[in-house]
Amino acid sequence: MNDIAIEVGGLAKQFRLHTQGDVAIEVFRNLDFQVRFGECVALHGPSGCGKSTLLRALYANYTVGAGSIRVRHCGAWVDMANAEPRAVLSVRRHSMGYVSQFLRVIPRVPALEIVAEPLRLHGIDAAWARERASAMLARLNVPERLWNLAPATFSGGEQQRVNIARGFIAEMPILLLDEPTAALDAANRAIVADLILERKAAGTAIVGIFHDAEIREQVCDRMFEIEPFKVAA
Amino acid sequence: MSEQPLLRVEQLSRYYGARPACVDVTFDLWPGEVMGVVGESGSGKTTLLNCLSARLKPDSGRVLYDTRHHGLTDIYGMSEAERRLLMRTDWGLVHQNPRDGLRLSVSAGANIGERLMAVGARHYGNIRQEAVSWLGRVEIDEERIDDQPRAFSGGMQQRLQIARNLVTKPRIVFMDEPTGGLDVSVQARLLDLLRELVSQLGLSVVVVTHDLAVVRLLAHRLMVMRQGRVVETGLTDQVLDDPQHPYTQLLVSSVLQA
Repeated sequence: MNDIAIEVGGLAKQFRLHTQGDVAIEVFRNLDFQVRFGECVALHGPSGCGKSTLLRALYANYTVGAGSIRVRHCGAWVDMANAEPRAVLSVRRHSMGYVSQFLRVIPRVPALEIVAEPLRLHGIDAAWARERASAMLARLNVPERLWNLAPATFSGGEQQRVNIARGFIAEMPILLLDEPTAALDAANRAIVADLILERKAAGTAIVGIFHDAEIREQVCDRMFEIEPFKVAA
Repeated sequence: MSEQPLLRVEQLSRYYGARPACVDVTFDLWPGEVMGVVGESGSGKTTLLNCLSARLKPDSGRVLYDTRHHGLTDIYGMSEAERRLLMRTDWGLVHQNPRDGLRLSVSAGANIGERLMAVGARHYGNIRQEAVSWLGRVEIDEERIDDQPRAFSGGMQQRLQIARNLVTKPRIVFMDEPTGGLDVSVQARLLDLLRELVSQLGLSVVVVTHDLAVVRLLAHRLMVMRQGRVVETGLTDQVLDDPQHPYTQLLVSSVLQA
């Protein structure tokens, strides 16, 4: 099918903590999962069931023990679980955005540049990228006096909105969202919900973790239940 | 994506007597890629860098570089003259200690101009103009152009060394602990500058460091070395956030959270 954006098959993940008595923590096994373009899927399940782990695996931030994560990239498929680093980076640059829960602040780099960077990586002229970044920050109610400051001193909610602006600006065909509204007030949550709905209408495939039931119901088409892992008897 | 790696390393080994410094190292570096090599002192990372940058012949294995005219060529199979030309034009080398990479008794401008002259620049006005422009890019006040770098702070010396290397528009730069020995605030400024320049110029870089924060910021991918062997490789964020090898886990978990 042409409208499939992500296809996960037989995915297994365990953490082996070598420095802590070699403990093995099994997160999931034999996980299958599909996402289509234009739909928003919420990962769901109790705390610790592996929602964030799955989201990070989709972005190849975590490795997996077995299985494949095929994503649509420039008209072809790339298996994020087994691709070369430069192929994964190319997917991240052009096809898949990720909004983490927390912004990773780089010393000295102002908010405006952080938001504009994904556009500049697409070869977009710096001035135009900055203009688009300004519009995005304004839409997310980040006060203009903060735009030229490095976000290290911003509040949690301001940092999260900078992170969201950065994640949405490049209009990637696939978006991964890790609790994008956790630190936001109601007004800003509504703005983020609008952004998500707009992207969805434009055909973006979205996978997210939403603890806030209200926003989940507003933006998601279905939930993907992650069963807590049980050791086979 | 280009079809050919810029640097190809095949089963490179180097021993000091019977003691292995670097064993069986194999990897490709692609144009525009920044690779970090991490590991503690004595892990063999500096020996590896010296072998890659044509300063130390490996005991076995090959280092191939994509030369402009002959494609992938074994750098230790070239004549001394060819190798020297490469080092002056296509390659840059940033030493940990800027005093090893600069000439302290000539002016800052001359330190930059010297590499330009080595590739054939002769017009004094152009060379000086280029030097002024590069001082600006590495955030050194233009008025310091005639000062000797011995009068510069450590951070300024390091930025000057970077300008001296980049002025000839190399395709690959080897860096050995580029932020070692600098104050934390100076380190942050240098890292940010390096990050910016590397992406603007589309440079390929091999950067050796024991500082995981440096590779987090600069490197696309990582190679973790221990006792001369590569124990783990992968995307930088993957290796740091989900380390697999016991040694990498120890390394990552040993970093103090500030």
